[in-house]
Amino acid sequence: MEALFYVSGTVAMISTLRVVTGKNAVHALLYLVVSLLAAALVFYSLGAPFIAALEVIIYAGAIMVLFVFVIMMLNLGPGAERQKKGLLDPKAWAGPALLALVLVLELLYLFAGGGLEGPPRAAYINPKAVALALFGPYFIGVELASLLLLAALVAAWHLGRREKEGIR
Amino acid sequence: MQGVITPLIMIIAILVSLTTMSAGLIWMERRLLALWQDRYGPNRVGPFGLLQVVADMLKIFAKEDWVPPFSDRFVFILAPAVIMSAVLFAFAVVPFAPGISVIDLDIGILFFLAMSSLNIYGIVLAGWASNSKYSLLGGVRGAAQMLSYEVFMGLSLMGVVMLVGTFNLRGIVEAQQGLWFFVPQFPALVIFFIAGLAETHRIPFDLPEAENELVAGYHTEYSGMKFGMFFVGEYLGIVLISALITTLFFGGWLGPVLPPVIWFLLKTMFFIMLFILLRAALPRPRFGQLMSFGWKLMLPLSLLNVLATGAALLLLA
Amino acid sequence: MLSILQSVWKMMLHAFRERVTVQYPDEKPVLAPRYRGRIILSRDPDGLERCVACYLCAAACPVDCIALQADETVDGRRYPSFFRINFSRCIFCGYCEEACPTYAIQLTPDYEMSEYKRPSLVYEKKDLLISGTGKYPGYWYYKVAGAAVKGKDKGDGLEEEPPVDVRSLMP
Repeated sequence: MEALFYVSGTVAMISTLRVVTGKNAVHALLYLVVSLLAAALVFYSLGAPFIAALEVIIYAGAIMVLFVFVIMMLNLGPGAERQKKGLLDPKAWAGPALLALVLVLELLYLFAGGGLEGPPRAAYINPKAVALALFGPYFIGVELASLLLLAALVAAWHLGRREKEGIR
Repeated sequence: MQGVITPLIMIIAILVSLTTMSAGLIWMERRLLALWQDRYGPNRVGPFGLLQVVADMLKIFAKEDWVPPFSDRFVFILAPAVIMSAVLFAFAVVPFAPGISVIDLDIGILFFLAMSSLNIYGIVLAGWASNSKYSLLGGVRGAAQMLSYEVFMGLSLMGVVMLVGTFNLRGIVEAQQGLWFFVPQFPALVIFFIAGLAETHRIPFDLPEAENELVAGYHTEYSGMKFGMFFVGEYLGIVLISALITTLFFGGWLGPVLPPVIWFLLKTMFFIMLFILLRAALPRPRFGQLMSFGWKLMLPLSLLNVLATGAALLLLA
Repeated sequence: MLSILQSVWKMMLHAFRERVTVQYPDEKPVLAPRYRGRIILSRDPDGLERCVACYLCAAACPVDCIALQADETVDGRRYPSFFRINFSRCIFCGYCEEACPTYAIQLTPDYEMSEYKRPSLVYEKKDLLISGTGKYPGYWYYKVAGAAVKGKDKGDGLEEEPPVDVRSLMP
């Protein structure tokens, strides 16, 4: 199980790196999908199969498909790749890199200080436990999220509605 | 070592029998369609034309494996593999009989949904990588259709999950000892069947590959065994949906007298034949009709089903 | 919604219908005698060719697949010295049969004439000529024609009166 964790973690890191460095938008998105799948495996190896399945269904299966969909429709040509070369300029990536460095330093500090308790836990969390947690202590959070989604739904319906019959 | 070899043999046996079965389905579909259209279908090669499958296989393997120069080579080759492997992975959780299944996952249904959502990639990527307008249109249609129908495909299963209290497919079958779930969950069965039709893009809902509008849709540019993989993937999808309908609503392997595997196969065969009958009988809707049918009728129905099931469970408990 | 189920049910009932396919090489379709298939050249009941090489069939042919050359025997009978039909061009329209004044050229209900090479589809006179009279068994062209040939002078034909002697004043 531990080997699975490390292998899938490595895959996730490499594929995420390829997302950032890739020039072809669709290929980059494919790497992102792989990275999400690897993350799902990480969750699974940590003993949370429910979250792993949701990660695949929602992130890899639905959201990323929409991303691919949009990029497909944009029909990015060679011009887009030339434009992206400008991103390799230090001015463009210095800021995010600095921020990421801070995160890495934080993580290193955590690891060095023993902030995390040993190796990954293999405690098994089944769907029922997730459900009990969601509708028990986090009930209000779930309700708030559903309210937010309802608002988004109504907004989407409003935006997508036709003004009058006959006008398209 | 024993602990590794037995599941390995099981996996290989299931894989081989599934691919053989889906290849045989090509013959079966052609014969059944012919039967319903007052024709004969392939009846020349071998007894009842059964060897037609072998002939077709030989032909498709011998064909030139051509990648169009204008395509995105890497993704073009990846797409059919994604379709095949996603469907075959989904079979891992199907309990064919007590003792015959690859893995007994606690999140069986979710795993199936995850794999069927990955299946979309095969179509989208095939459509995009082919770099031709018909393929792209097919891919776009496929993505929109499967994404939408996946929503209430998942929701329709929640009624069953609520009745049993587990995502585990084996548990679901065992919970149907007294009463098969198509009785209390009839709306869910209908919704799941329709969503399954759309997920496998079979004929009433075969808009991603509508041959009289889009040549062959997302697999227009494919030939040889890569096309064969799309083809077999489609039939595997039919087997998968039929097997899941059997498992979720018709008691899986349960049944008197006959051995469990035979019961499972019989029930699955019945639903496969229903798929083929629908293909023989129904015309294709417009894409707008398909979408509004999904979002405006099927989604509310499946939500209502979940609501009613929950209410009934609370009242009876 | 109900109509969909209805059509599915009706389609299912088709399983018990008779199939319309004719299993061709094993069982052959019944063709009418006037079916337009392979073209033949027929003979008069006495075994001589009916064709008088009038070129009407070649003229009527919309795809120009008929070629022939007229000649005359010492008996005074016209006949084609060669008669060639290119069946890779022929559209089996039957105009040649309609045009023929002597019932010589006829279309038959035979359609099994596949070949491996195109030149094999060019039928010469020996391939076209049959030994019988074809569709019109009693018909004997030179018996009903006014033309004089050896052994049949003018007026000797069936239902034919002797030619009027224009030099006589008798009615």
